Amino acid sequence: MVTSVTSFSRTGLSDWLIQRVTSVILLAYFVFVVYQLGTSVDYTSWRSLFDQSWVKVFTLLAALSLAAHSWIGLWSVFTDYLTERMLGTVGNVLRLLCQLGASLALVVYVIWVVVIVWS
Amino acid sequence: MLQVSLYRYNPETDDAPYMQDFSVDTGGRDLMVLDVLELIKAEHDGSVTYRRSCREGVCGSDGLNINGKNGLACISPLSESVKNNKLVIRPLPGLPVIRDLVVDMSLFYAQYEKVQPYLQNATPAPAIERLQSPEERAKLDGLYECILCACCSTSCPSFWWNPDRFIGPAGLLQAYRFLADSRDTATNERLAKLDDPFSVFRCHGIQNCVNVCPKGLNPTKAIGHIRGMLLNRAT
Repeated sequence: MVTSVTSFSRTGLSDWLIQRVTSVILLAYFVFVVYQLGTSVDYTSWRSLFDQSWVKVFTLLAALSLAAHSWIGLWSVFTDYLTERMLGTVGNVLRLLCQLGASLALVVYVIWVVVIVWS
Repeated sequence: MLQVSLYRYNPETDDAPYMQDFSVDTGGRDLMVLDVLELIKAEHDGSVTYRRSCREGVCGSDGLNINGKNGLACISPLSESVKNNKLVIRPLPGLPVIRDLVVDMSLFYAQYEKVQPYLQNATPAPAIERLQSPEERAKLDGLYECILCACCSTSCPSFWWNPDRFIGPAGLLQAYRFLADSRDTATNERLAKLDDPFSVFRCHGIQNCVNVCPKGLNPTKAIGHIRGMLLNRAT
């Protein structure tokens, strides 16, 4: 049975609001990265850029936003298509497996970003 | 001769649904789709089954999928529905078929019932009536006209996938009709029941509902208002 237990914030309003706020942060980060790519792409300039604390914080914020945004979006997709109604009992198993896989991947990605940017 | 392809299914005799073709003589007239169904039933096959009642777009009985788009057969002229002299008529998508073009609307009505579509007011009733200003009454325009034909909800993918949890555009339009009513005092209780990830927030704003509504209503706009009310209530 599909329930809200695995949704990001358990309430529709919070999920909806978080998805919109994170999309604005991601857009800002995307514009920032594209702008930087347009100005300099060599190792030293990128190194000096990412040595600045505000860039590290901004990058971590973008990574966390991406994780939250992705989870809310993927949760919607999984609970639309991988359900008992659509696929029978196998739908429940598939949905939980996909949710587990996606959540693990997102946690790994966030930790990976932290390791890359802050090490 | 108009080529008509009809969805047929009789669970008592058929293993699976199938499409049956008819050549219908319309006499060159721009009939309504319902007239074509009546011709088929009268002149070709009396067992063709569909719902109809008022035949003028008021009762909402004959919501059908006409050449891929949901609409009321009785107010859909052939000139706007037929493509390449071909008319394909199927039942409303996403609901269980009872027979031919008749669907089981239980899920649709269950969602309608969830929004408690009646005025709730805890204060003692006045001697004559609860008054509204013209401005307050104007807020209900575009909401109260819904005839519950289900064309909108059955064109909505979110309703197809979660008809037991997502209230759907028809139900949500009615939910907002009572949220917007100055005489209703149950606003907070109504909103509290909508704040889960499915009831309202499965709407992704693709506006299929707006595209097919035979009464020209805008459920997506009403859903946006409900989201705004939920946000105001929470912040």
